[in-house]
Amino acid sequence: MKETEISKHTISILVDNEAGVLARVIGLFSGRGYNIESLTVAEVDASYHQSRITVVTSGTPMVIEQIKAQLSRLVPVHKVSDLTLSGPSVERELALIKVIASGEKRVESLRIADIFKARAVDATNSSFVFEIIGSPEKIDAFIKLMEPLGLSETSRTGVAAISRGTLTM
Amino acid sequence: MAERILNGSEVVLQALVDQGVEVVFGYPGGAVLPLYDEIFKQNRIRHILVRHEQAAVHAAEGYARSTGKVGVVLVTSGPGATNAVTGLTDALMDSIPIICLTGQVPTHLIGNDAFQEADTTGITRPCTKHNYLVKDSEKLARTMHEAFHVATSGRPGPVVIDLPKDILVAKAPYLEPSQVTHRTYNPIVKGDRGQIEQAIELLASAKKPILYCGGGVINSGSQACKILTEFTRMTGVPITLTLMGLGAYPASDKQYLGMLGMHGTYEANMAMHDCDVMIAIGARFDDRVTGNLDFFSPGSQKVQIDIDQSSINKNVPVDIGIIGDVGHVLEDMMKIWKAKQHRIDAKALDSWWDEIEGWRGKRCLSYKQPNDVIKPQHVIRRLHALTRDRKTYITTDVGQHQMWAAQHFGFEHPHEWMTSGGLGTMGYGMPAAMGVQVAHPDATVICFTGDASVMMNIQECATLKQYHLPVKTVILNNRYMGMVRQWQQLLHGSRYSESYSESLPDFVKLSEAFGFTGLTCNNPADLDDTLKQMLEIDGPVILDVAVDDKENCYPMIPSGKPHNEMLLGAETNGDEAIDSDEGMVLV
Ligand SMILES: Cc1cc2nc3c(=O)[nH]c(=O)nc-3n(C[C@H](O)[C@H](O)[C@H](O)COP(=O)(O)OP(=O)(O)OC[C@H]3O[C@@H](n4cnc5c(N)ncnc54)[C@H](O)[C@@H]3O)c2cc1C
Ligand SMILES: Cc1ncc(C[n+]2csc(CCOP(=O)(O)OP(=O)(O)O)c2C)c(N)n1
Repeated sequence: MKETEISKHTISILVDNEAGVLARVIGLFSGRGYNIESLTVAEVDASYHQSRITVVTSGTPMVIEQIKAQLSRLVPVHKVSDLTLSGPSVERELALIKVIASGEKRVESLRIADIFKARAVDATNSSFVFEIIGSPEKIDAFIKLMEPLGLSETSRTGVAAISRGTLTM
Repeated sequence: MAERILNGSEVVLQALVDQGVEVVFGYPGGAVLPLYDEIFKQNRIRHILVRHEQAAVHAAEGYARSTGKVGVVLVTSGPGATNAVTGLTDALMDSIPIICLTGQVPTHLIGNDAFQEADTTGITRPCTKHNYLVKDSEKLARTMHEAFHVATSGRPGPVVIDLPKDILVAKAPYLEPSQVTHRTYNPIVKGDRGQIEQAIELLASAKKPILYCGGGVINSGSQACKILTEFTRMTGVPITLTLMGLGAYPASDKQYLGMLGMHGTYEANMAMHDCDVMIAIGARFDDRVTGNLDFFSPGSQKVQIDIDQSSINKNVPVDIGIIGDVGHVLEDMMKIWKAKQHRIDAKALDSWWDEIEGWRGKRCLSYKQPNDVIKPQHVIRRLHALTRDRKTYITTDVGQHQMWAAQHFGFEHPHEWMTSGGLGTMGYGMPAAMGVQVAHPDATVICFTGDASVMMNIQECATLKQYHLPVKTVILNNRYMGMVRQWQQLLHGSRYSESYSESLPDFVKLSEAFGFTGLTCNNPADLDDTLKQMLEIDGPVILDVAVDDKENCYPMIPSGKPHNEMLLGAETNGDEAIDSDEGMVLV
């Protein structure tokens, strides 16, 4: 890859679930001018009090290497893994999407939701809330199709990711 | 093992004792009164009362850098903590191990905008290696010991421990350092064998090699400096040091090319530009060193040895990046070099040295000392000559005087040079000298400063007096913020906007007001006598030397220029230029 080419990376970080740890990670990105496209965090191991943070970021290969090196040297960080480089991985995101429409548009939104296997989790005479789970690209595509059909609000969780096969962090 | 229950302040003091701390630099206030009470009751730890919390951190930095130990600071909540921020940032940039204990309002008041409350962990997060807020007495002892581990291992740095007042009073169990294990932070010190072998092969095949070494060698310790010296002599390779690395290799040695970078020597920068193999050792390719990155050492293959993975490939991509401690890696390199009986092609190395001698011939640091006005470089050279037979430590402030000290005071040993490199903090010099003198009471400690910088922590004169710290503060007084004036002259059409030092104090009277000696000198013929007089005085001295007010610091690579486009001073080609100590005595 060219040194100046910018690419997107999904990075998983295993951290001690302690006060301020998220601020350290976010502060590192904002303080050094790296960008965060998406970020998720939740405790994944209650007995060891460890959380997993998944960050989607982008940069040149040198910047991505810096980001990982900077993350690795934070004291509460146990492990940093670049899922984009470590082999195939699964990425999933959940989105809740509100569509306000009537008539043909309303029907069309239901039809598309069906194709995308999105569920209506709330409905009124003039609105739906769809729940969709999938790769960020699939959700992007769904949202794009909903735009002309009365899309009025979107809430996305950000990406959760894990490598395929037997590989672990 | 049975738990010992103490109160929080006792736990803190006991942890300091068990960590081998002898001195704390601090300033009291409401939130830390329980700790001060504990300090009052004991005599195992000495407390040095500074006159401003920024100075406490700089003093601890001076103490740490000159001893290789950790420096400890104690300040109160709110303004005490915020005053310490500049010092903490300075220590972070220069990789100095510091433990800074800050007071905090009681846990139940945190977040209430209580009196003298500040979000200390929030404020100091980006300017510390790590920080802790202790909200649970159970964790106090563990946190103390972990903080020392974090501050001193890997790439050293400052660590803040924020201590709410109720935690200092409440009962808490004490753990010995050996009872605490560190779960996440265990940096690699041994380098990868395969990479080290590759690096050795590369060096052995070089025609124009250079070693570029920095503060990481000093951080690694005296033993690492010794191995570096051996390795350099064994291979016959030229070596250059960064501002932070001065003393890691003896300045008087013929393989030493001087400092590199913006105000480095012609030979060091040209050799960096033209080399074919560069080994960077504990040096972080700072922009003051590389100049314009697009033209930085274009033809070389590069190896970098650093304990911090994030220093590798940060500014300059390298061919081989070895993560590990300088001392450990160099030891392995020595062994492999010897075992494989490597030798750099003698003919190639000779002609490389010939080229370097040509650059050396420019005598880029020479200057003329006239009869009527003292040259600042001359003060440094003379003081160097006059202190050769003493154990001498040098600190500086920031500006031209700092660069002249780096260029003209030859450092033979590590840990004898203290300067603010990364942050460039004016006001560093005097408190840092204080810390050095506390650690080395019998040594000669000299602070080179400027008329502007010295004003930034001048209140510390009272600390010098109180503890009989015989620091010699030498002001190279050009009545300007000289470095600012130089840039204004070269880059802003000589419009000296706000860089003239109007209404300076009378430094002799000022010294006397603080209760010690002040001296002045403005005649080149009196310089040696005045310097000797200063060195003989058993107590602090401020010496105000009137120097040439328009002298510029050369060589200089203007920002954004490559190494081979240095500006050299007007004197460099003059026949009468003096650049030997003998010659310099002739005024
Ligand atoms: C007015 C002014 C002018 C300046 N001009 C110059 C100049 O001309 N030339 C110059 O060189 N500097 C100059 N500086 C200083 C410059 O800003 C930097 O501070 C300096 O160049 C950094 O030095 P360094 O690369 O040795 O790194 P340091 O800041 O000392 O960093 C040390 C490096 O070593 C690593 N390390 C630490 N411990 C170990 C270990 N045990 N093992 C392995 N690696 C370790 C660290 O991770 C880090 O990467 C100037 C500063 C000022 C204020
Ligand atoms: C705290 C701080 N403020 C501002 C600066 C910017 N600065 C760098 S050098 C300098 C002038 C220093 O003047 P002086 O101490 O007289 O030293 P000289 O350059 O004359 O030797 C200034 C203002 C700084 N480095 N630190």
